[in-house]
Amino acid sequence: MKILVTVKRVSDPEAKLKIKPDGSWIQTEGVKFVVNPFDEIAVEEALRIKEKQTGEVVVVSIGEKVVTEQMRAALAMGADRGIFVNYTGSYDSYDVANILQKVVEQEKPDIIILGKQAVDDDMGAAGFMLAELLGYPQAAFASKVEISDDKKKAKVTREIDGGLEVKEVELPCVITADLRLNTPRYASLPNIMKAKQKPVKEVTVDALGAAVKPRVTVKKLTEPPKRKGGVKVESVQDLVTKLKNEAKVI
Amino acid sequence: MKQHFFTEEHDMFRKSVRDFVIKNLVPHANEWEEAEDYPKTLFKTLADMNFLGIRYPEKYGGMGLDIFYDIVFYEELYRSRMPGLCLDVMVDTDMATPVLFKHGTEEQKTKYLTKMIKGDAVFAIGYTEPNAGSDVAGIRSTAKKADGGYVLNGSKIFITNGTWADYIIVAAKTDSAKGHKGITLFLLDTKTKGFTVGRKLKKLGHHTSHTAELFFDDCFVPENMIVGEINKGFYYIMEGFQTERIMGSVGVIALAQVALEDAVNYAKERMTFGKPISQHQAIAHKLVDMATQLEAARQLAYHGAWLLDQGEDATKEISMAKLNSCEVANKVTYDAIQVFGGYGYMEEYPVARAYRDARMFTIGAGTTEIMKEIIAKRMGLY
Repeated sequence: MKILVTVKRVSDPEAKLKIKPDGSWIQTEGVKFVVNPFDEIAVEEALRIKEKQTGEVVVVSIGEKVVTEQMRAALAMGADRGIFVNYTGSYDSYDVANILQKVVEQEKPDIIILGKQAVDDDMGAAGFMLAELLGYPQAAFASKVEISDDKKKAKVTREIDGGLEVKEVELPCVITADLRLNTPRYASLPNIMKAKQKPVKEVTVDALGAAVKPRVTVKKLTEPPKRKGGVKVESVQDLVTKLKNEAKVI
Repeated sequence: MKQHFFTEEHDMFRKSVRDFVIKNLVPHANEWEEAEDYPKTLFKTLADMNFLGIRYPEKYGGMGLDIFYDIVFYEELYRSRMPGLCLDVMVDTDMATPVLFKHGTEEQKTKYLTKMIKGDAVFAIGYTEPNAGSDVAGIRSTAKKADGGYVLNGSKIFITNGTWADYIIVAAKTDSAKGHKGITLFLLDTKTKGFTVGRKLKKLGHHTSHTAELFFDDCFVPENMIVGEINKGFYYIMEGFQTERIMGSVGVIALAQVALEDAVNYAKERMTFGKPISQHQAIAHKLVDMATQLEAARQLAYHGAWLLDQGEDATKEISMAKLNSCEVANKVTYDAIQVFGGYGYMEEYPVARAYRDARMFTIGAGTTEIMKEIIAKRMGLY
């Protein structure tokens, strides 16, 4: 069974970010970059499926050369090889889906697992778009994935408002990983050392034949408004009046 | 930021160790510190993560990696805020067993070193005695030749892992007339008849460490448990001190680094006179001094570690690193409490512990005064 997993380089969710003075993007100097936490969960799930079924886990990353650092981290967790799509410039979720579609057509994986969203822009769109472009069934926000004995179907439990939904999808399919799907493993020291030797194929967007035409562009980043100090109310009656008339929540 | 001694692989390893420490050690820190104990099974857990044989060759179950992987491991392990536990681990893997690896027989390595790396046995070093520490030649424990081996008598004190070690590298006089040229090292199985552990010693700091007094009463050690050659023990010990001292430097710097980070975070939040204390110049400059001295200490320790890893005789540099890092760390943890004010003096704040724990380092593995003696000789002053 071949599983394709996407890995995005994102700023450390724990880093305190600052916006560039011109508002074009965040200041990246001195910021630590990590694997998108949802992609880490996706990699873990791919590895677990592989360990049960045997097969291969292939990691894909898109961007400048630095993204291979995060790809290596996924290889250190145990993925078998990487595909690095070298692309400098801006792109949106649809471009990502287009690029991934070409990679899928070349690699023909049985399952494609993405993180449900990247924690930098929180778009959460590429997975849906990819499934649509490929015409594959999809199961988003997976909290449990079971592969059928004949390896033809996947039973996916999804977290939805107010409960769980269980979907059965035929392979090949697209799955996006939610927070509670699993706990990613530590990259063990032997695997970290092995990761260096694992093959990473570098391809360009042109060579893949993918079109990159961003439909969504970032106009400007601004900080959220500063929180204002609260007020002390004299009595419960006061509070109720304010909640009713000012906050309009009751 | 790029670091001279660390590659991308070192960074990945750092992340793994950090995640491990946050999930498996940090949640227990207060409980284990208070109990002055932790489960011995932790060694197995660490071994399963390949943490206990980082520098040892793969044929003994190790990873065969450079000293900076080991340094990464300790820098992150100290984030558990349990320096006592860290010391137990350090003694096991980087202080007691190196002599076995360097001078032990193939049989000893296959049988005992592998056990340590797998986490199936815990090791201790038995050199220090009530009347002899760095003055190793002054030890009084004796090993008398007997049929098929030696008979050990005497006692040891301040032995880390002493309460629960499975094996101890014991130094004893095999020729009392010859001073330092009459010392031999033995690998003692603690199940040997005549071996007893005295009391677990109560200490100022390092509460999670298992420190004890040991007694040997006619303990028979067979021939095949002699480490290296007869009467060469003193030289092996001196050689081993270099690793011990550089790892001690790394440890105390890691400990002080955590205290510094705690102090910085606290200073940014604690408000006085309408602003965070980090914006009062007296505190800001204090934090700057702490960070600067610690960074300088760290770089000297890295340099010493690198020289050692290259197989150079770095006695002077390592003694300087030990001297400097231990003194700096004591100052940094002292100042960290000052930043915390009254809260820092409270047991529930980890800086209080860090201050006590740092105190051991200007004494253990050779005092500050001994370091100065070594450096003075190397400078040609005596």
